[in-house]
Amino acid sequence: MNTSVMSGKVLPVGSKSRHASGWWGMLTVVATEAALFAYLLFSYYYVAAHTTNPWPTGGDPKLDLAIPGTLILIAGSLVMAWGEHGIRRGRNGRLAAGLIVSILLALLFLGIQFWEWFHKPFALDYDAYSSLYFVITGFHMAHVAVGVVMLVAVLLWTALGHFDAERHSAVSIAVIYWHFVTIVWLAVFFTFYLSPRLI
Amino acid sequence: MTVETFREPKLVTAEEAARREPALRRIWETPPGLAGWLSSVDHKSIGKRYLVTALIFLILGGLEAAVMRAQLSQPDMHLLSPEAYAQLFTMHGVTMIFLYAFPVLSGFSNYLWPLLLGSRDMAFPRLNAFSYWSFLAGGIALYVSFIAGRAPDNGWFNYVPYASRGFDPGVNIDAYALGMILLGLSTTVGGINFIVTLLRLRAPGMSINRVPILIWGTLTASLGNLFAVPAVTLAFVLLWFDRSWGTHFFDSSGGGQPLLWQHLFWMFGHPWVYAIVLPAMGIVSDGLPVFCRRPLVGYSAVALATVSTMVLGFGVWVHHMFATGLPVSSLSFFSSASMVIVIPSAVAVFAWLATIWTGRPRFTTAFLFFAGFVLLFVIGGVSGFMTAAVPADWQLTHTYFVVAHLHYVIIGINVFAVVGGVYFWFPKMTGRFMNETLGKWSFWVMFIGFNLGFFPMHIAGLAGMPRRIYTYPADAGWGGVNMVITLGSYLFAVGVLLFLINIVVSRFKGRAAGANPWDGGTLEWSVSSPPPPYNFALIPIVARRHPLWEEQLAEGEDRSSTNAKGFLLDHGRETLGTTPIDAEPDVILKMPEDSWMPLLLALAVSGLCTGLLLKLWFLFGIGTAVSLLAAVIWLWPRRYLSQVER
Amino acid sequence: MKAAAFLMPLLGLSVSAQASPLGYLAGSGHDAIEISRLIALFGGVSIAVVVLVALLLLGGLFRRREPDPAHGRPQRDEGGMAWIYVGVAATVVVLAVCMFYNLKTIAAVASPPDDAALTVEITAHQWWWQVRYQDREPQKVFYTANEIHVPVGEKVRFLLSSADVIHSFWVPKLAGKMDVIPGQTNVTWLEAEAPGVYRGECAVFCGAEHARMEFRVVAQEPKDFQAWAAHQLQPAPPPGDAEIQAGRLTFESRCAACHTLRGSSAAGFAAPDLTHLMDRSTLAAGALPNDAEHLAEWIRDPQKYKPGTNMPQVPLSEADLAAVVAYLRTAR
Repeated sequence: MNTSVMSGKVLPVGSKSRHASGWWGMLTVVATEAALFAYLLFSYYYVAAHTTNPWPTGGDPKLDLAIPGTLILIAGSLVMAWGEHGIRRGRNGRLAAGLIVSILLALLFLGIQFWEWFHKPFALDYDAYSSLYFVITGFHMAHVAVGVVMLVAVLLWTALGHFDAERHSAVSIAVIYWHFVTIVWLAVFFTFYLSPRLI
Repeated sequence: MTVETFREPKLVTAEEAARREPALRRIWETPPGLAGWLSSVDHKSIGKRYLVTALIFLILGGLEAAVMRAQLSQPDMHLLSPEAYAQLFTMHGVTMIFLYAFPVLSGFSNYLWPLLLGSRDMAFPRLNAFSYWSFLAGGIALYVSFIAGRAPDNGWFNYVPYASRGFDPGVNIDAYALGMILLGLSTTVGGINFIVTLLRLRAPGMSINRVPILIWGTLTASLGNLFAVPAVTLAFVLLWFDRSWGTHFFDSSGGGQPLLWQHLFWMFGHPWVYAIVLPAMGIVSDGLPVFCRRPLVGYSAVALATVSTMVLGFGVWVHHMFATGLPVSSLSFFSSASMVIVIPSAVAVFAWLATIWTGRPRFTTAFLFFAGFVLLFVIGGVSGFMTAAVPADWQLTHTYFVVAHLHYVIIGINVFAVVGGVYFWFPKMTGRFMNETLGKWSFWVMFIGFNLGFFPMHIAGLAGMPRRIYTYPADAGWGGVNMVITLGSYLFAVGVLLFLINIVVSRFKGRAAGANPWDGGTLEWSVSSPPPPYNFALIPIVARRHPLWEEQLAEGEDRSSTNAKGFLLDHGRETLGTTPIDAEPDVILKMPEDSWMPLLLALAVSGLCTGLLLKLWFLFGIGTAVSLLAAVIWLWPRRYLSQVER
Repeated sequence: MKAAAFLMPLLGLSVSAQASPLGYLAGSGHDAIEISRLIALFGGVSIAVVVLVALLLLGGLFRRREPDPAHGRPQRDEGGMAWIYVGVAATVVVLAVCMFYNLKTIAAVASPPDDAALTVEITAHQWWWQVRYQDREPQKVFYTANEIHVPVGEKVRFLLSSADVIHSFWVPKLAGKMDVIPGQTNVTWLEAEAPGVYRGECAVFCGAEHARMEFRVVAQEPKDFQAWAAHQLQPAPPPGDAEIQAGRLTFESRCAACHTLRGSSAAGFAAPDLTHLMDRSTLAAGALPNDAEHLAEWIRDPQKYKPGTNMPQVPLSEADLAAVVAYLRTAR
């Protein structure tokens, strides 16, 4: 290779958001987290396929809270996308608004989930189904909580003026995780609320 | 404060770079002393720490094995109680598989990757430090339970329901869970680091088909781990729920499934086997040709074989479960899939054989280990092929035949490659050769001892001796073969001891080695031995697979540029980021300074996990709070890191 | 010659090891014979491959070479790809043959027969085997432990379940192993082709005494088997002299919580049925030979011979112990 081909190119210093090492890093984190949920749901289907007990315990789970919860989580993702789009044009306010609304929606989702937890007719240690239900939804809630922590940190950095149209890869990186948490919920929602109705 | 957003990297000559070397050294060097040591993010010191720590665990695991072999040398021995024996074989397996075999390869890869790729560090240097600290924490967690008098005692695959609280009370299985969660974390972040380093930090011109095979091996292992490790982490978390919160994941009385554990464990376990051999095969694929004075035969085929082995490795976990009563159709599928792995393995074997046959071997110690490895690889491979046949496996599984097989894999394919790799790269790491005379002794004693000690295990297995028995009756007829196994394995241990002595002696008294003592062709040999803290004063520009052999190989007009002309990046810790496939310069990356956060985070996460597992809620609370704090400080946006989009 | 010198002791070791009562290359059961043929094929191919690679490796290391035109510097890549093409092609052909034979053997041995002459339920315990002979007539069902009698030349179906942890049921000379897993009933089958006593053992680590969890399969001519089964249905004979009478009383008061002995009031279910203890050749699942001396030793201190066993040390006076042993010695 001719060395001269390589020279004379002006390069960004630090990182470019699509090419930030952290951006690639977050994609790999999402890959391994997706695998984790795949194994969780595998456990559900494996036990469901081999059980001799009535399945699911307590009859098909009700949709009256799960569907609003799902919509809330999707709305949170959309609002966050809107906020991220704002900072690409330098609109700090829009980013902050997106973050705040997303955080509130996530807290609302967690509230609904807890409400459902405490109104189930069975406890964690009742049987295999109850174990799977609480642990898988609990895993997801923990991921939502981690997402909230990320968004709060990003909100703090937004307030401190760390981001502008040219520098905001921390925002883009957190948003990837946030969308992932929503998408994973769809798989969890399908597994617990829809799949028993399909069989 | 002005922030530099764009710059044209300066292409300079070696003379100019030499003038800037003191400044580069100042920028990159970790301050001496304990504080510097604890906060260093230099991949070379982290790599060496991994190697030394893994070798210490190898010694511990070896001592455990030595005691077991004494117990088994004759029938009806009473040296150990059954419980002590159970703890020893469990800790031996856990130590060798999780604390030696993989970390030692992480050590090589951490040390070598940036040097092989022409970079100044890994993509995430602090994450690299964190990966080491959490590995160490996991190892300590496992050994603390040993010292506390009750180590894990259910074998490394820890089948339920024996692992549940009702059958195995005490802190031992919880300690295993803690260790595995920390090791899983370490492996995962380590894997992420390797993947992003490959995508981002190759020298300009080092397109994906020019990276050494070790890079392919570690990359494949890292990708595999990314998808495999969550399975075992989850299995241990679910086990903890069963043990501590009364759930019923694995408990058949509550509708759970004991076999769920085996599925999750082996979905992880089988890819893991490839994670602990593929980088070792990479060491041989890169080291062997140097001593055969020619490039590896079939580079692309070997790279492809590496990747396809791992891909197939995700579809064969059931071959560890052939005797669990699964349907015949599923057995036939997994049996055939397992046998197909013979094909990529054959590619590698014939590539090595052809490299030796068409090359001009130089009989150095490293070469002896690599050449011996080829034979052991085949023996370990064909015994695996035999167990892939379902009906044969119904006889062979759970016996010493499998013990023989896995030792040919882990010692033959991992240890022999690793020891050869140490002889090969020791001059690079220390600037000194290892002693060749002692080296050849160590090879022959290890090679003969290994085969004498471990080949007869096949025979014991064919004679019906099950694994994990603390003793056996005299009338079973296994006395003679076990005595041979014990003596052979002790001879092997003497060989390992000679190797370790050689390391220590050569570290201080070895003959001085130059930058390229073996006349190697890849980038690590273009820098001084040991390499400077910044690795490359000039980021090299790569045109071929063997930048240092281009004149001899005369493969075309284009030439790489090492040490003559290259990019000098000296505005603080900087290296060049390149595009993922073609490795064209893309960005000037700002690299982080040394930091305490990796150590702090590893301590906090260990506290968090310990608190959770043992229900020490105070510890859990503090661990969580400090983890969050450390993470936020770690990730705090820095002006000089100047996140830019254009 | 050197190779031969190395192989001879190895061969000797193999032959002596195959004399083991648990060596399965010389099988006596339908499945074990089928499988030993498969192992012979796969093993033969494996040995051939190892020898071939060793020869190629030695050839590559020591073959005569032309003087080096590169004078020790690396030489140009002069191919070698043919090795990979030829090697992999040959591998694929051999592999295909092996895979075919493997699938054929799976079909021959994997499916449990529909026409089993006899069905035996095995319940694995830490660390012994409970055996229950099924029969359509409930009064013909009986229990025994650690020793399984089967008729020669007939397919015997085994239903495997576990009372506690995972075990594995294995009679090497008769068939491959099958794991015994709590919460599911696995099915396997044996067909002995010659009369004899075949050793069996637990193959999956199941706790401290995994090493002492043996059993025996006694293959008998069908008429002998019928006689044995008929005898098993009988209770143990009533006690003769006073010492035996005293032994029975002690047994009933101290051992009955766990053991059953038909003919006495002992009907515990946590430990082996001892009704016909004296028909068996070992005590405590192969831990000790079954004679008066070892029986007394065993009862005196079970933990000494099988540390961790669930059988407690029952404090008995020497006279009581002697009486219990005398009583148990009549259980045939």
